Amino acid sequence: MGQKKSVDPAEVKRRLAVLEPQLETLLSQAEAETDPKKKLKLGKKAEQIRDKIRQAKTGERFSRQTKRDLVAYTFIAPNFLGFAIFTLGPVIFAFILAFLKWDGNSPMEFAALNNFVKMIGNQRFLASLKNTIIYCVATVPFTLAAALGLAVILNQKIKGRNFFRTVSFFPYVASLVAVAAVWNMLFSPAKSGPVNMILYYLGVAAKDLPKWSADKDWVMFTLIAFSVWKNMGYYMVIYLAGLQGINGELYEACSLDGANAWQRFRYITWPQLQPTTFFVTIILTINCFKVYDIVYMLAGGNTGVLNESAMVLVYHIYEEAFRNWNLGYASAVSMVLFLIVLAITLVQFRGEKKYAN
Amino acid sequence: MKIKNTKTRAFRVLLYAALIIMALIMLVPFVWMLSASLKLDKDVFIFPIQWIPKNPRWQNYVDIWNKIPLSTFVLNTVKLTIIVTFLQLLTSSFAAYAFSKLQFKGKNVLFLAYIATIAVPWQVYMVPQFMMMRSFGLADTHLSIICLQAFSAFGVFMMKQFYEGIPTELCEAARIDGMSEYQIWYKVMLPLSKPALSTLTIFTFVNTWNDFLGPLIYLTTESKKTLQLGLRMFISQFGSEYGLIMAASVLSLIPVLIVFLSLQKYFVEGVAASGVKG
Repeated sequence: MGQKKSVDPAEVKRRLAVLEPQLETLLSQAEAETDPKKKLKLGKKAEQIRDKIRQAKTGERFSRQTKRDLVAYTFIAPNFLGFAIFTLGPVIFAFILAFLKWDGNSPMEFAALNNFVKMIGNQRFLASLKNTIIYCVATVPFTLAAALGLAVILNQKIKGRNFFRTVSFFPYVASLVAVAAVWNMLFSPAKSGPVNMILYYLGVAAKDLPKWSADKDWVMFTLIAFSVWKNMGYYMVIYLAGLQGINGELYEACSLDGANAWQRFRYITWPQLQPTTFFVTIILTINCFKVYDIVYMLAGGNTGVLNESAMVLVYHIYEEAFRNWNLGYASAVSMVLFLIVLAITLVQFRGEKKYAN
Repeated sequence: MKIKNTKTRAFRVLLYAALIIMALIMLVPFVWMLSASLKLDKDVFIFPIQWIPKNPRWQNYVDIWNKIPLSTFVLNTVKLTIIVTFLQLLTSSFAAYAFSKLQFKGKNVLFLAYIATIAVPWQVYMVPQFMMMRSFGLADTHLSIICLQAFSAFGVFMMKQFYEGIPTELCEAARIDGMSEYQIWYKVMLPLSKPALSTLTIFTFVNTWNDFLGPLIYLTTESKKTLQLGLRMFISQFGSEYGLIMAASVLSLIPVLIVFLSLQKYFVEGVAASGVKG
């Protein structure tokens, strides 16, 4: 970069004749300027011109600022190129594809809003939307309550606190395939399944034993229970961080007033945790709408094919795209998912503003 | 005073009872998994549950390697996880350095591109992404999984956040000492950012190791499949070989368990930081 060209004195003179008066006017302007912001701006401009003068004198190909820019680009390029090609590109493509008809091989056709119209009459789409919403509405409050309860307990001074924290976090990091396999066995639809066996010994009649994921009335319950179990540890950690941010003096003052444990929770912990609760709700809801693999593994049986009692939005995208090759239609469905997530994100931005103050 | 003591004692008893019940709920599936992995298929569902098998069948852990190409799956997963984690750490910290400590033309526009994709879940663009990879000839290759996982906006955000907490004066001082930007990144920033790097490592490691939908879409040849896919394939093929399924599941959990236990602190800090920041 710093190569030196042979410097042609006449050329240098010509360029300096242009640049030097520019610099002088800028400097005098800056001198006269009273607004400190504008002054700074002018100063920066003058710096650029100085740089150009130096460049003209030495005959270097790049100015200092250009060199700095180039160095910065080399830092960003490895990640940005990968990101632009494999994320940004497909994101833009997804928006276009939603308005096209394409099976992946024949040429694309413009479909206007056809894909969206088709969606409205599609039973499987409606079922998947309904199931996803049921799943969210049930999973969010239960996970929230479980995570908060756990966090409050694990924030007390108790023996083996770290052990319990680790234990409650482990389901979250454990591989889904493995834990789903265990759940499928524990909640086996047969009478011999361990959970059903326990229920049987507790007095539930053999014919009333739930068939869990094999029963269309119980499948959502099974999914929700599993999801709460698997993910509560993650949100517990967020709550723990929130709890540790609460000023201890508040509790002391409260105890002096003779408040009991419940009152302390009701009037201090809960209101103080409001920003955390808000954040957790948002993240949880978004994650619930993205659910796929849990359903695939618990309700998909051996083939991974879901029926209308358990299918969710992402599954619908998957089956339409990779089984039926309705790529345009699948993208239209994913736009619905996107709009839902976007709406939740916008709520989050508004909430953040509120809680930042 | 005495009343208060009994009250607090009752409270503590309740507390521990709640804790133990919770720990049981969390642990029982894992204990059951371990115990079933040492049983004959016909003994798995015996009731009352036999937590410690009388004749532990270690053979399950030997058989599983012959029943399916488990070693291929493990090698594939290890390879992918290591490459993805390495690339993610390297490129993210590299880009984050420029975004947090350097001034250059187009900085805001470039960063906006990252921000614009935050609200777009991967599931929204997985279809066009697959079609694009297919047109590049990358379908059914490990390279596709690497490209998919290694350049996330998440890594850049996380590292940038951390770098912004490091005083800029340190970089200035290093610049005056005549270090190039690359040297500053390598000798000043990297050693200081160990906590953030550890957090990113464990997140990327666990995500890549456990990823299911990505490999499910991209990898079709058996010899290229990852451990999660292979395990799932095994479950659907030999659904009633409970002992073996559980043995394979236990094996698939071990690496994550090790990484998690050794880097747990960073994991928890990472999650907590994302929450507090909001």
